[in-house]
Amino acid sequence: MNKTLKVFTNGFIKENPVLVLLLGMCPTLAVTSSAMNGLGMGLATTFVLICSNIVISLMKNLIPGKVRIPSFIVVIASFVTIVDLMMAAYVPALHKQLGIFIPLIVVNCIVLGRAEAYASKNNVFTSFLDGTGMGLGFALALTVLGGVREILGAGQFFGMNIPIYPNDSQGNPITILVFVLAPGAFIALGYLIAILNRITKSN
Amino acid sequence: MEYLIIIIATVFVNNIVLAQFLGICPFLGVSKKINTAVGMAGAVVFVMTLATIVTFLIDKAILKPFDLGFLQTISFILVIAALVQMVEIMLKKLSPSLYQALGIFLPLITTNCAVLGVAILTIQKDLNLIQGIVYAIGNAIGFGLALVLFAGIREHIELMVVPKGMRGVPIALVVAGILSLAFMGFAGLVKF
Repeated sequence: MNKTLKVFTNGFIKENPVLVLLLGMCPTLAVTSSAMNGLGMGLATTFVLICSNIVISLMKNLIPGKVRIPSFIVVIASFVTIVDLMMAAYVPALHKQLGIFIPLIVVNCIVLGRAEAYASKNNVFTSFLDGTGMGLGFALALTVLGGVREILGAGQFFGMNIPIYPNDSQGNPITILVFVLAPGAFIALGYLIAILNRITKSN
Repeated sequence: MEYLIIIIATVFVNNIVLAQFLGICPFLGVSKKINTAVGMAGAVVFVMTLATIVTFLIDKAILKPFDLGFLQTISFILVIAALVQMVEIMLKKLSPSLYQALGIFLPLITTNCAVLGVAILTIQKDLNLIQGIVYAIGNAIGFGLALVLFAGIREHIELMVVPKGMRGVPIALVVAGILSLAFMGFAGLVKF
């Protein structure tokens, strides 16, 4: 039981796909201009990750070793298409914000990486746990990064104003605009990883 | 003139790595030395142009007439994966010296989201074939430019004293941020 729990929690901090394994950097940097976008992208990827892990784990004995990577990609691409169409139907605003990065979940190294490294070798239940843990770790990292950028760059959190935020004479929040633009993504993520390194290595 | 504008827009104004965040993995992964960066850039120019042509033709000849738009993601990624494999085999036979130079970078390109990204963007922007080819070449050059510049800076960072927690990836990301800030200076140069 303890071991299964560990499979699930591994993805949160110790093997966090973004902050420790450094996988899936493109969506991480591109969509995290706000906490909401980060969470949306994280959950979309989590869904694909869980479904593809389950299906690949079920089919692991049917797929010949030589064509396993293309087969995995087809499975992943099918679920990405499902997510793409579902989001277009139910959350069109978020779908528009995330744009091209939804079809690009296909080439997100995390999804293929977990399929190859975990789901193709383990049973369905632990693969499901692994996909859930990794996906939530990814969503957590994206939400934190999106939150940091939104607070510093727009003076808001999940689209809500922050009461203690310093205002200028006109009553507008004093923000560092660059954090919601492209360069801020790189810089914020760099410092986030550095802080995590500092905490985990000193223990 | 129109094609020149596309090139300037893709290389400088909307740089694929620094402004659109496509292809970050190879950007961070193979940018430790200038030599490997140049090799990777060459391979990307080659594959991205070919992939855009092939996916464009598939979209116009198969997906559009039969109304199969929802198969776009699946078909494009399969075609790109197969294309990369084919290019690798052909290069090995036809030009061993070029294969030596680009060989190890080719398999990595399948998972380069820049290739799939540009293929999808070409369709989304509704470009024609020639515009699409120019768009792909421009983006590939932009990727190469960012990669080589970044590799040059990283070679110098190797010689610097960096605080312990910032060593490796964190300092590289901060440098990429500053590089991206520099590229923001091109904003508004041309409209595309």
